[in-house]
Order: sequence, then structure tokens, then C-alpha cells
Amino acid sequence: MAVVFERPKSLLDVPMHYCPGCTHGIVHRLICEVIDEMGIEGDTIGVCPVGCSVMAYDYFGCDMIEAPHGRAPAVATGVKRTNPDKFVFTYQGDGDLAAIGTAETVHSATRGENICIIFINNTIYGMTGGQMAPTTLPGQVTQTTPFGRDPQLAGYPVRVCEMLSTLTGTAYAHRVAVDTIPHIRETKKAIRKAFENQKAKKGFSIVEVLSTCPTNWGLTPTEAIKRLQDEMIPYYPLGVYKDTTEEGEK
Amino acid sequence: MTTEILLAGFGGQGVLFAGKILAYCGLMDDKKLSWLPSYGPEMRGGTANCSVCISDEPIGSPLVLTPDILIAMNQPSFDKFVTEVKPNGKVFYDSTLIENECTRNDIEIYAIPSSQLADDNELKGGSNIILLGKLIKESGIFSLETMKKAIEKVVPPSKAHLISNNFKAIEIGMNN
Amino acid sequence: MKGNEALAEAAIRAGCKCFFGYPITPQTELAAYMAKRMHKAGGVFLQAESEIAAINMVLGAASTGVRAMTSSSSPGLSLKSEGISYLAGSDVPAVIINVQRGGPGLGGIQPSQADYWQATKALGHGDFHLLVFAPDSVQEMVDMVIKAFDKADQYRMPAMILADGLLGQMMEPVSFPEINANAHDKSEWAANGHGNNRKHHIINSLYLKPDELEDSVTARFKRYEAVKENETDAELYLTEDCDILLCAFGATARVVKSAVNSAREIGIKAGLFRPKTLFPFPVKEINEASKNAKKLLSVEMSMGQMIDDIKLAINCSKPVEFYGRTGGVIPTPTEVLEQIKKVGGAE
Repeated sequence: MAVVFERPKSLLDVPMHYCPGCTHGIVHRLICEVIDEMGIEGDTIGVCPVGCSVMAYDYFGCDMIEAPHGRAPAVATGVKRTNPDKFVFTYQGDGDLAAIGTAETVHSATRGENICIIFINNTIYGMTGGQMAPTTLPGQVTQTTPFGRDPQLAGYPVRVCEMLSTLTGTAYAHRVAVDTIPHIRETKKAIRKAFENQKAKKGFSIVEVLSTCPTNWGLTPTEAIKRLQDEMIPYYPLGVYKDTTEEGEK
Repeated sequence: MTTEILLAGFGGQGVLFAGKILAYCGLMDDKKLSWLPSYGPEMRGGTANCSVCISDEPIGSPLVLTPDILIAMNQPSFDKFVTEVKPNGKVFYDSTLIENECTRNDIEIYAIPSSQLADDNELKGGSNIILLGKLIKESGIFSLETMKKAIEKVVPPSKAHLISNNFKAIEIGMNN
Repeated sequence: MKGNEALAEAAIRAGCKCFFGYPITPQTELAAYMAKRMHKAGGVFLQAESEIAAINMVLGAASTGVRAMTSSSSPGLSLKSEGISYLAGSDVPAVIINVQRGGPGLGGIQPSQADYWQATKALGHGDFHLLVFAPDSVQEMVDMVIKAFDKADQYRMPAMILADGLLGQMMEPVSFPEINANAHDKSEWAANGHGNNRKHHIINSLYLKPDELEDSVTARFKRYEAVKENETDAELYLTEDCDILLCAFGATARVVKSAVNSAREIGIKAGLFRPKTLFPFPVKEINEASKNAKKLLSVEMSMGQMIDDIKLAINCSKPVEFYGRTGGVIPTPTEVLEQIKKVGGAE
């Protein structure tokens, strides 16, 4: 019988710890599909963050390094600078990338580090149980914004792709989502492009993936997808924010 | 025997550079040596001083507090350190910039208008080296030959054209 | 050669392939030297955006099996402590230089030894140690950097050179030994791409199950036992017949040695114990050095930190006095001699 669907080889056959309905699994899979299709598992080193995906090193078949909270881009810089012919990616959540690790993120972009960042934006701190993230929307209720995020008190959400696209060192900044099949396909294309950019030594590529956190949002997986569509996409519009490749110049 | 030398002046007068030449003189003569600059937040102006130890034995503390030889290039340094010089020690100072009001008679004090001499001979910034010339003449701590070798080592290749000016400054110091 | 530059040159000769740093007085010459030289040596120099980023770049590079180094001065080490704890917890070797200045807080920029506790006891959270080397001359800085890379690789742990502003800034003649560049084999653990011919490697310090974390820490402490057994080093100077044993490390030991010589000239039998490794602390060596002494006197550029280890090492069997200057003040041989007379001469 012909096999029509199977686990990517570089995605290890182990149970994941993610909650039901969480979209991390989808993004892990997409990355591994890209790694398999490019045939680069043996030449890839991934860097994990602190957050829900802290144990992603157990799921990816390539060599993996666990970074301190927010420091994944610095760790990846150290790896890439000393191993320029290897593929290096980080996998980071919103708290890791846009709060405690803002400096590492911005400066790896300004240096045009030839790495890929896969950025999971789900507007909340998942692992610690649902506190305000730098990307939490105005009015959004979390453990630490029990009356809804009040920008007068807690500031405004960070739009990461918009911010990083202003930096000369950024080669590619693309915001995607994993709410629908077409969007998931688009996400995979973006991840592939980020890895191809690295191969072509284009510099810093970031793919921001709008994701869900049903558990900490207090919603069912279906309701969570609906929230992503109704509330997140309007605030964080999907699209390519920067693309210095030939394709982008068109 | 250990000779402790303290060089002091304003930043930019070449105090550290002169100290480096003395340290390299020690190296040329196969002595033990150390060179320690004072360092502060300012790059220019302010006070600068440096400690140089030349010895036959391994050097203990590289920090010179009571020098055998003091080279002073400005008034505050002269006033501050002349009282610290060991009995029978020697002091060399730039008499263009410094008034000597020291009353000690247990030390030998040598005045040389090194800034003026540098200007007269078109040796911009050569006051420090003129003082070194005076030093080797009066103290005999190093030979002229040793010092010339040290200068050739210390002057960076990009500034090799300045070596002859430094030699000239040494001679002026020795002859005044 | 200036101490800071000698540290850099020695590292390059020891096969250090990357340097990540951030400017801070009084160690900046080291980074500047690396910027000039590392490229020619086929390595990587990168000025990081922060001390935190610099140590994490070291973590990344060293995780792939490359010899990596960073350097800083006291306030910078506080920032690096996070990454150092991760290095230790992930069993990744690297070399870290601290050219100490006065503290706490922004402190000052003059020489100090007030980071002794930090280096030997608490450079980051959790149960771990660093190898800590304490040079007292520019030559020893060279020798110890080379040794630090070697021992860090051997024991898979971070190593530190605990210097100070005086040693970093001073210039002394120095010779560079021939280095046998037989790099340690890191292929068993390095995460540098598995090339499809081995299992994937994970560099990690996270163990959510207490038993597993305990096992990993216990295994690490077994290695520390071997370190304590085999890697202590100290200089014993005129200790055989000494009545009073002075204890000092780094630049302070040079001052103290001058004072010991002066004391001998006036008939006081003084000696000097100078630990060259602060972790592991040379316990056997200090007991040997102090066997005939009636009293010990620890001299430090701090309010008294190493004195704790001295008391532990000799099991408080003899009185241990203290003399220190702090804030960047360097004790003078005359001051130390006065203390020797006060403590030791009153017999």
C-alpha cells in the first residue's frame, strides 16, 4: 500500500508534552518537513528557548542546544560564527524573543546573522501558566492582567516583524499563521524560504507564526483558532514585511 | 638591586611612552622589569603616571610609591611625589613648566627646560625623551646604546620615521 | 607585553577559535588585541551587544566543540553569571577571564580581589564549581590561560582566570611556550551537526525529574573530587621554618613577598603561601606550609574572603589574622610588614 502521509524523519518518534490543541506540534512538523526536503538534518543545529518549547531538543532529530531564557539568538550566533557552513535555527516564544531576549533578537538582526528564527507568537506565557506576554493584546485577560491588559499600565504589544523589518541586517521578515490549511502551507513556504536564505547567505530571517494557546486562553481548540482569526490577525497582519531576495525585490 | 622609577605628568605628555622606553632598556640589559600605568576614565589631560621597576631579582610589588628616581613633567606631579623620593634618590623635572620649591637636601634634583628645548629644536612632544637623556647622563642607569636600542623597539613600525627625532632628543637631554 | 594582551595572545596560541566580549575597564586591551589578531589566526572575534550575549555566544560556540573565551571585569561577571551557570550545568568547557576591579555596584576601576567569593563560591545559581586560576605575573597569566583551556576540556567544565587591574595593565617580559595542540576529543558530546552518522547530541541543563537532576549534579561533583585531588597548585616561599605564614594570591602576593623578605631581614621568620588555584583550594599545600607556623595572616585586596577557605583548610587549628585594603587600594609592602610585626613579632 502506498504511504501518503508519514512523520518527517527528522521529527523524532517520541510523545510530545504539548497540551491538546496546541499548535507547537504543527510548527515542529513543518520545520522537520523542510529539513527533510532540503536533506540537511546532519548539518543542522537547533537552539531551544525557555518557555513551552523548552524541551523541543527531545523532538528534533538534529543536534540541539538549550539556551538560557531569551539568549537563543546569542547562542545561535556563537554556533553559526564558528560553524558557518552549518544550518542554525532558533525556536522561540514571545516572552523569550520579545521580552527577556529583546536585545539578543534585535542585535542578531542588526548584525545580519545568517540564522533562521522561528518565532511563536501566541500572546501569552504558556509554560508558567498564562501571564502577560509582550504580545498580549490590549484588553486581554491573563494571570497578571486580571482586568485585561491596560496599555496605560502595562504598555502596548510589540509587533516584532514590523520592528525588525526596519533594520538593515534583516533579510526576511514574514508573519504567518497556522489557523487554516492554506495558512499552514504558507507557513511551511516561509520556513523553507528562511532556510534557503541561510543557504544563500542572505542573512537574518525571521518567521513569526501566530499560534494558539487554548489552555491558557481558557478556550477550546476551535474557539482558540477563531480568536486567532478574529483578534490576533487584525492586530498582527499577516504578510511579508521584508524580503531582500530577488523574489522580494519584484 | 632594584631601581624604582616613577614618571608623572599630564596625560598626553608621553609619560607612559617614556616609561615604556625605560622598561625596554631593562629588557635590552637582561634585567627583570615591570611597567605599570595608572589608568583612569580620561584619555587625555588629567594626571598620568607610571611605575617602572628594573632589578636583578624577580620584582615584588610593581607599584612604585617611594621612587629611587622621579621624572616629573608637571607641577602637581612634582609637588606630590618629590616628598616621596627615597633619600639619595634623584629627581628630573621640566623646568619650563615646574617651579622647584622643594627644600629637601637629601636628594639630587636636576632641572632641565625640556619643553623649551623641544620647542627650540622643533621636536614636538619630545620633552619626555629629553628628560630621559638627562636621566641616563646623570644616573648612568643605562647606556646611550641601550636606550637607542630600546627606542627602536618601542616606536611602532608605522612611526619609524620618528626614531631619529627621538635620538636627537636624547642627545639634547644629555648635553643640557 | 601588557597583561591583558598576553592573556589574549596566549589564548590564541592555545587554540582558542573565538572570542566574544564587551568593553569594560580595566580589561579592554584584551578585546582590542583579539579584534586585531583573532582574524589572522583564523578565528572569530565579535563584540557582543552585552555581557549576557557574549557569554551565551561562548555557550553556543563551545557547545559545538570549539575552544571559546570571553573576558570582562567585575560588574560584567555579574551579568555573565547566568551563562556560566548554564555552561557548568551543560558540562561545556570554556575560559572566562575576570580582570577584577573594585565593587560592589559600579565600584571603581582600580585593582581589587573582591570577587574571590563570586569566583569560588557563587558565579551563578545552582550546585557547581569553576576551575579558578590566580596568576601573579604576566608570565603566569600566559601559562594559566593555556592550562585553563586544557583543564576545562579535560574536565568538561568552565575555567576562570581571576586576575586584577594591576596584572591586566602591567607590562613584564613574557615568553610563550611551545604548545602541544593535541585537542581533546569532543566528538562524544559536541553538537556540531551529526552528519547522519551518529545519534543527535543535546547540550542541555534542564532535568525536570528531581532524581535525574540529582544524578547529573552528583556525577559532576565526582569529577570535582578528581579536580580537588589532582589539580591544586600553590607556591610555598620560605615556609619550611616560618613562625608566621602569610597567605595571599595574585598581585597581592607580590606585595606580600616583598614584605616577607623585609621581615626576614629584621629577624622575623615569615613565609608565604600563594595559592595558584583558588578552586580547587590547595588544602594539602597550606597544611604543609603552615605545619610549623604559630599564626597565619591572610592579606587580600578585599575585606577578607579567601580567609574563609584558609580557616576551613586548616580546620581552624591555628589563629588566622587578616589584613586587607579594598576599593582599589593596593596594600604596600611597608603596611604588610607592620602587620607582620604586629601579628608575628609579639611572640
